[in-house]
Amino acid sequence: MDALQRRLGTLYAVPAVALLVLSFVAPLLVVAAFSTMPQGVFSLLHLPDFSAYGTLVTQGYWQSLLWSLFMAFAATVILFVISWPLAFGMAKVFKRFTLVLTIGVVLTLFVSENIRLFGWVLTLMKGGLIDGYLGAWFGGGLEGALYNVPVIIFGLVYVYFPFMLFPLAQGIAMVPDDARQAARDLGASRWQILTEIDLPLSAPGIVVGSLFTFVLATGALAEAKLLGGSAVIVMAAEVETAFTYGQDWPLGSALSMTLIAIVAVLAIFTIARIDLDSIMGRRG
Amino acid sequence: MSQNQPILRLAGLLKKFNGFTALDSVDLSVSEGEFLAIVGPSGSGKTTLIRLLVGMDEQTDGTIWLRDERLDTVPANERPTCMVFQSLALFPHRTVGQNIEFPLKIRKVDAARRKERALELLNLLRLPEHYYDRRINECSGGERQRIALARALAFDPEILFFDEPLSALDYRLRKTLEKELKDLHQRTGKTFIYITHSLEEAMVMSDRIAIMRKGQFEQIGPGEEIYARPQSRFVAEFMGEVNLFPARPGEGAHAFEGLAVDDKAAAQQGLIAAEGAYLMVRPEKVRVLEEGERADFTTAGTVHAGYLLGSRRQYEIERGDQKPLIIEIVQDGSPPLADGARVRLGFDAGDTHLVERD
Repeated sequence: MDALQRRLGTLYAVPAVALLVLSFVAPLLVVAAFSTMPQGVFSLLHLPDFSAYGTLVTQGYWQSLLWSLFMAFAATVILFVISWPLAFGMAKVFKRFTLVLTIGVVLTLFVSENIRLFGWVLTLMKGGLIDGYLGAWFGGGLEGALYNVPVIIFGLVYVYFPFMLFPLAQGIAMVPDDARQAARDLGASRWQILTEIDLPLSAPGIVVGSLFTFVLATGALAEAKLLGGSAVIVMAAEVETAFTYGQDWPLGSALSMTLIAIVAVLAIFTIARIDLDSIMGRRG
Repeated sequence: MSQNQPILRLAGLLKKFNGFTALDSVDLSVSEGEFLAIVGPSGSGKTTLIRLLVGMDEQTDGTIWLRDERLDTVPANERPTCMVFQSLALFPHRTVGQNIEFPLKIRKVDAARRKERALELLNLLRLPEHYYDRRINECSGGERQRIALARALAFDPEILFFDEPLSALDYRLRKTLEKELKDLHQRTGKTFIYITHSLEEAMVMSDRIAIMRKGQFEQIGPGEEIYARPQSRFVAEFMGEVNLFPARPGEGAHAFEGLAVDDKAAAQQGLIAAEGAYLMVRPEKVRVLEEGERADFTTAGTVHAGYLLGSRRQYEIERGDQKPLIIEIVQDGSPPLADGARVRLGFDAGDTHLVERD
């Protein structure tokens, strides 16, 4: 019986594994191979050459990497703080309104990200919606709202909001009400209930939401290009340039590999640190 | 502090939910160190009452006093009382030790002192000290009960409330824990208020029982008193197997349905068949009469079914279209009554009790 179940389990996993290997692992390996290709050779049959990684350091690409990581981090933290109260309301307070809110947030995903970002550009740009109104009413204008780092972070927060909100609401929904009530009965203040009960017990949702937003925001391109002008060049933009204008595939691949490696290490480290089963108090 | 001053006093406590009166202006006094059980069927208002007492809900009207201070205006987390939840509500992400220490951590007691107290409580609850580092999900049902209790005791409450914490356990474990709880009450000297729908549980543990019905206290008193002298049919039937004979005031001063009565004996005991009253007799007080043997109240019927209850045997006696009579006979080696046998039954006026209302 047990053996049969194990065999069935293996069989069931085959399609998913095959798909992952073909569409995820294989391209990754190709990119990894490209990244060690000597410049101008354009063949995979060669001795590995790590000069592209050297270029990454010497040509200052690490700055783009740091900008990407910093802005993704800032967006994740801001998203967590602003999503928490709303997610808490969705999970514990609003009843039917939760559905309305969910539909509302999901609907925004129906419109392409670029179009939504262009909307913000038109709203914030000089001579745009806000600037125009401010000028008409008060004579003053909205100077420098676009093309800086804060507006890029704003764009990231705006675009990745659903990716934080929903996992967070899911996580908070898992916090048992009686644990909150018991904590209160045992003397805990609202703040203590938050730190002792709500945050640790909704950790799976927090981890998933934060990883989603951080990983997606690290690889984000459109926010920096559209809202940021090119105030800073993010890593994804460098990768794009290297593959297109630069025609330097080894460099593009090396940049990609570095980004993937950093994000993967962070993700694996976070997930491994948090024992999802024990948090949820699952019975063995 | 005088021993006579009640530790807890409810005055006209009223709770309505959208027009439905869950708690109907109840008054209650609980004395220091008492073990009070509040018993009632579901929907009788006992859960509403405890929610008001711990501050999880707000009353519509009335007051709650803890000694000389208003309790109902104090927020739940500042009340010096504590509750053991029906679900126990242990924190799954914390170890046994961290669960017990929780109220101390909230009060910012230092870690060494916290641990010392947690180990003391583990000992008090007869749990091994190495459980301190266990995870909650590695503990059995009975162990979790004790951990929840230890956590509540760590809070050092003025009054400890229990919301049916034993209801989910199997019979044997429940019996053991009932006794442990009673023992713990004696050792700690704390005031315990215990909500349950099981009268058996209430009888085993408590000093006093308050029976709830439709949002009010139907009767409050020691278990023996409630068992022997219920004031209403509701309480009489709630307190286990009972035979009730409706009064027939039109047929005589001491006439009860289906019974032949010795008027003198009944008059001596003051058993007046007033309108709406019932004559109550417990199954173990009814005896099978020999040929020619007399009793103050007599009746006859056919043995319908017998059930063995360990040391006693219970029979249902059919009496025409009246409610079957329930009797219990101590097993003394004599042969059991045969199914369908015709028997004459009797009991004495001194073993009965007059229940005055429904």
